[in-house]
Amino acid sequence: MSSTSHADTAAAAQDGATAPVPRRRRGVRRLSLRDRIVVAVLLGIPLLLDLAFVWFPAIGTALLSFTKWNGVGSLHTQTCKPNVPSILNNGCWYGVQNYHQAATIYPEFWPAVRHNLIWLAVFVVIATPLGMLFAVLIDRGIRGSRMYQSILFLPVMLSLALVGIIWEFMYSQNYGLINTVIGHTSDSNAIDWLGNPHLNLWSVLVEATWRQSGYVMVLYLAGLKAVDPTLREAATVDGANAWQTFWRVVFPVMKPINIVVMVVTVIESLRAFDLVYITNKGINGLELLSVLVTSNIVGETQRVGFGSALGVVLLVISLVPISVFLYQTFRREEAS
Amino acid sequence: MLRGVAGAAGLAAVSGGLLTACSSDSDSSDKKSGGSSSTGSVAGSTVTFGSNYSDPAAKTAFAALTTAATASSQVKVTVNTVDHNTFQDNITSYLQGTPDDLFTWFAGYRMQYFAAQGLAQPLDDVWEKIGGNFGPAAKKLSTGLDGHQYLVPLYNYPWVVFYNKSEFAKHHYTVPTTWDEYIALAKQMKTDGLIPLAFADKDGWPALGTFDILNMRINGYDYHMQLMTHKIPWTDAGVATVFQHWAELLPYAQSGANGRIWQDAAKTLESKQAGMMFQGTNQVAAQYVTDKANLDDLDFFTFPTVNPKWGQDYMDAPTDGFMLSKKAKNTDAAKAILEYIGSGPAEAEYLKTDQWDVGLANGLQVPTYNAIQKKSVTEIGKCKAVAQFMDRDSDPAMAKAMISILQKFIDDPSTGNIASLQKSAEQQAKAIYTS
Repeated sequence: MSSTSHADTAAAAQDGATAPVPRRRRGVRRLSLRDRIVVAVLLGIPLLLDLAFVWFPAIGTALLSFTKWNGVGSLHTQTCKPNVPSILNNGCWYGVQNYHQAATIYPEFWPAVRHNLIWLAVFVVIATPLGMLFAVLIDRGIRGSRMYQSILFLPVMLSLALVGIIWEFMYSQNYGLINTVIGHTSDSNAIDWLGNPHLNLWSVLVEATWRQSGYVMVLYLAGLKAVDPTLREAATVDGANAWQTFWRVVFPVMKPINIVVMVVTVIESLRAFDLVYITNKGINGLELLSVLVTSNIVGETQRVGFGSALGVVLLVISLVPISVFLYQTFRREEAS
Repeated sequence: MLRGVAGAAGLAAVSGGLLTACSSDSDSSDKKSGGSSSTGSVAGSTVTFGSNYSDPAAKTAFAALTTAATASSQVKVTVNTVDHNTFQDNITSYLQGTPDDLFTWFAGYRMQYFAAQGLAQPLDDVWEKIGGNFGPAAKKLSTGLDGHQYLVPLYNYPWVVFYNKSEFAKHHYTVPTTWDEYIALAKQMKTDGLIPLAFADKDGWPALGTFDILNMRINGYDYHMQLMTHKIPWTDAGVATVFQHWAELLPYAQSGANGRIWQDAAKTLESKQAGMMFQGTNQVAAQYVTDKANLDDLDFFTFPTVNPKWGQDYMDAPTDGFMLSKKAKNTDAAKAILEYIGSGPAEAEYLKTDQWDVGLANGLQVPTYNAIQKKSVTEIGKCKAVAQFMDRDSDPAMAKAMISILQKFIDDPSTGNIASLQKSAEQQAKAIYTS
């Protein structure tokens, strides 16, 4: 070890004799070489993976979002020439043009943002309370609760792509179950569940809620099982009814689960993709940001720069709930 | 770099003899080609073939084609079949990575786009030998922006108006040849309790075909092609006329098209709930075969005349074919395979198990052709030019934009909406083609 590091440590020790920092440092220095190698490997591998699979793509996407590139050939640093056919204007520096185009002339952008927010709202306002209701009912041990539990959990075990296909049989205009049962299959009165842009988002949200509420139910069931039964007994002794017991005693105790459910809900609604993609590739009333990213980046001719810009927008939107969650968590840790 | 490729191709074409050797196994070629030995001929070497012929029927037909190609050229063919959509979505990275020697692809701008970026090899020397098998239209479809050939075509199929013969006989309908007759027939069908036009656009692309045919009937082929490559703005009055005609037609089309897959629309035609359906034989006739419906009852007519100036001179007849990837390992043997595929017998071999597409070779004799296929050959032959379909004639990013614009038009075909959709199309075309 060099002399400077000794000096640093000494200085630090003098500066903050009461602070916990030097003590922690002394702890590190007590580690043997082998320990240090183990620590370096155990921390280094996840760090490398993190850099390679999270930070590199994220920063790469952000950089690509300022270029115009169709995925063929290499990128260069020249500025894109205006009024030149795009095939000759490839891999150039495009500035904020991609963002500008997305916000101004790309007709799918604002509907997609709105649909993402509606998706989030439906999950928060309908799917989550529904899942909680199922969990509470099953937890009370009603007759056949195991059967109900299995039925409600079944959709969670299916991939969303499969859920989409199952519901197509329900929603199909001329051959679907719903229209057949209500007698609306002829050309004049058929209800176009998946094609009408005013209707199809809600149709798909029913599919999504069908699955999401089962997921939330399982999380809450786990939470309810973890609630100390003596709390309920105490509440009963104090004369609380079932409603009061749940909202005043059980629900606050489940705070960690509530936070998990909230995070899951936000993540699930932001990464919504499979259902609308299976339904109609996310066009005509089912636009979502994730779909727009995909449809621009995956395909025969790729607008990699433009798709990346949309990806960055999605990232920024995702950062909001994540930051709130992290802020809450760290504040709680500091307080304790 | 492009010029380099073109130059190399020119040299190869001039020195001809070198490559002529590749097709026969008697001579030897000194051209270096990774897969085959430098001294021997191409016979006995192996060529890999990336195929998107993933449907069972097409896969069987393709297997028959490659087997025949092997028998003819003594070159072994390894086929890597990939699901149709996956193949298309991955094509850019596929061609830049480690592609197969040969791959299945489409004619038109779609081929030119990849050729222009140096992802395919010119096939001028192949065309020198197979050129006599094809007419000028087929050659034009196989030619890239730089004037070299990049594709060997296999088959095409027309986009036409289908109907059931029995249904027309029962109601004494006659085949319409003009726009007014077409509208009158649709009106009559509606009174008779039929859905005049089976229509579906959930997948987005079927409506592109309706736009294509209306544009070619109203504004002609050259206008259509210029619009597709954005030499004419989408705000042009001609485009508005196309939408106005379409709006006139929409009340007779099956409602709720945006929520229906075309297979379901074809079923309404099969079950005689619908009177007519405008789509490709590759879809409608193929669906009749799949459903084991009465294919003999199915017939079609070409889309009626709208503007007498153009008559019925043009139609969409998308062509599928094969290209040689830039990174091919066994170029000589791959070209030998292509030379066989570009022949009449090869097309006939493929079409044995295909009851909807038709071959492109001159004077092709296919004993297995049914009535639909025979009529397809005649009708395509009558055309002065054939377009390839919007997503093949334009930048696919633009076709994608048009998919959502046409769906919005189908939802609301009012004049005000047409104007705003045209404006939106033009803004996106500017961003995609020029900026």
